[in-house]
This record gives sequence, structure tokens and C-alpha cells, in this order.
Amino acid sequence: MEIILAIVIGAAFGAVLDRIGATNPNTITRMLNLRQLNLMKAILLAIGTGSILMFAGQMIGLVDVAHMSVKAAYIGVFIGGLMLGAGWAASGFCPGTGVCAAASGRKDALFFIAGGLLGAAAYMVTYPAWKASGLLNNIAGGKVTLGTVPGSKFDGIFAVSGDILGIVLGAIFVIVALVLPDSLSGQPTQSELPAE
Amino acid sequence: MSVDWKIGGVLLGVVFFAAVLLVKPIGVSTQFVILDGILTDAVNADFITQTDEGYTSTNAYMAKSGGKYAKSAANPLNYSFVFVLAMMAGAALSAFARGGVGRDEKRLPAIWKANYGDTPMKRYMVAFLGGFIVLYGARLAGGCTSGHMMSGMMQTSLSGYVFAAGAFAAAVPTAMMMYKRG
Repeated sequence: MEIILAIVIGAAFGAVLDRIGATNPNTITRMLNLRQLNLMKAILLAIGTGSILMFAGQMIGLVDVAHMSVKAAYIGVFIGGLMLGAGWAASGFCPGTGVCAAASGRKDALFFIAGGLLGAAAYMVTYPAWKASGLLNNIAGGKVTLGTVPGSKFDGIFAVSGDILGIVLGAIFVIVALVLPDSLSGQPTQSELPAE
Repeated sequence: MSVDWKIGGVLLGVVFFAAVLLVKPIGVSTQFVILDGILTDAVNADFITQTDEGYTSTNAYMAKSGGKYAKSAANPLNYSFVFVLAMMAGAALSAFARGGVGRDEKRLPAIWKANYGDTPMKRYMVAFLGGFIVLYGARLAGGCTSGHMMSGMMQTSLSGYVFAAGAFAAAVPTAMMMYKRG
């Protein structure tokens, strides 16, 4: 049963990523150099929509709170984020969109995956040094949510209702998606727009 | 054709919601570790071994958290690994259904050509190096754009915000410096 869900949800995820342009390195790059923010707006809207549905679903008992999976916060999260961001901008791919782009026939994405497998292997080898450095130690409680979600095994940073806060933050993501301009650094001219 | 960002955004949100509703939040980058584990174990059968309690590995990262990565690599037909394979199939089918990615684009993205000319080898090298630091960074952070940024911020997890701050702080200046045209 779980495998069927993996196939259905996975395929839907890949198809939507393709249709919003996330598997296209041109679109990713023009989002990150702030020239064309449609993809950013779609991502913000998605986070907001997902958040509202999930927390509202938990409040009415439709969604099992035990399905939440919160990752730990530690200094390495920020350092790793910086590294991922630099590589994401240079290549125009992140792990998920890279594998989708390769499956769509993009040759450069195959090189991205090869580099990714080597990078993951390099982390596996160097993991003990990171562990020893203390940079993987939890900060602010580690696996925490901003609010306190009723019935969840994760602590909240603030003693406010995590459900309500999740819905409010979700609404803020939706509003930011709607008010964000299409471009923050000048639209590319028509001749510069790459043909799909 | 591509969809309007409003429709696309809602659809993407619904997919993330469906994942939490039915199974668990979406994540991708761990599967690079799992594939590394599968490949290494195929070459060196001692890499992953079964114990009384489960699985373990000669690699400390592979063996951490009670050997859960080692277990997944020993049993590739698990939810998260199949999810990524299905994701690739879904993207490929969707791309095919809208006419496919053009031959020139497959060889070299237009934005690369606009900035660096017809230099595919250079592009492949940058994609390779980019992939290296993306996955090294993702494993250091414990997640990527899917797991930390989208699934994480959607659940209001602190780590998702910390990760997104780092990712955009590096990504925007890098993209602005590297891709001035297009």
C-alpha cells in the first residue's frame, strides 16, 4: 500500500514540478537572480496552501499529528543551507528538480546527479569530523516548531497554539505570494528570453 | 504547456498536504545517500550488514540513528526511494506530454548560452560541481529544498527557516553574479 502511495504522490510531485517550471534551470536561475519571480510566488503559495490544509486538518482531526516530521535545528543547517544555495544557483538544480530534469532528458542534470552522488559520499566520509566539531549539536531545542502543536511530540518555541500559528503563517505565505512583484531586478528583454 | 503560478502553487501545496495526510512529509536528498549505499554495497558486500537489531554499516553516517539508512539501502523497495523514482517518471511524462524539452535545451540551457556562449563542457563541469556542493550541503543540513524548505516551513519547524535563510543568502548573490544576462 505504501509503495502505491509512493508511486502516486511521487509522480504527482514530479509532474507539478515540471509544470511550474521548477525542473527548468532557466526558470530557477531567473528566480534566483530576481528577474522573474513567478516560480517563487508558486513556491510561497504552495507552502502556504500546504500549511493551512495541514494545520486545519489536524484541528478537525482529519490529519494524524503523528505524521509530522520536524528536522533538528543546529548550526550545520545554516552552513549546509549556504552550500546548497551556492550550488543551486550555479547549477540551476536542487536535488529533487535535478533528478526530474535528468529524467526529462537534460544532459547537464546527469552531471548534477553524478556530482551529487559524489558530494553525498564525501559527506558520509567526513561526517565524523562534523559530529566531533559540535556543529551538529541541537540549538534552541533541536526538533522544535514555532508554536506548540497539540498532540505533537515536538516542543514549541512559543507557548501559542501551533495549529493557529500554522494557519496564520500559512496565510502570510499566501499573501506574500500574491503581493510579491513579478520581478525585482528588471525583466529580461524578449530577445533574452530563452525559448522552451 | 506550463501552468499559471497560482494554479501551480495550489497544486504543489496540495501534493505536499497529501504526502503528510497519507504518509509523511516529502524529502529527496537522503535518497542520494541511499543510492550511494546501494552502489557501495554492490561493490563491497561488507559495507552494509544485517545485525540482530536491524542493519548497520562500516560507514558511521550510514549506520547512524539505529542503522535506518543502512536498512533502506539494503531494501531499496521502500517508500522514500520509490517516491524519488516515481517523481522522475512523473516529471518525464509531464514533460513529454507538453511536447518535451527541446534538443538545444537538453544539450545546453539557454541562460547558460546567453552568459557563457556555446560551452557545454564548461556547463557540465559547473553542473557537476554544483551537484557536489548541493548534496554535501543538503546532508550537512539534514535536508534540501523539499525536506527543509518546503516540508519544514509548512510545518512551522525552526530548522526549515534556518535552512531557507542560509540557502537564499548564498543563492541570490551567486545567481546575480554568475548570470547577469538572460
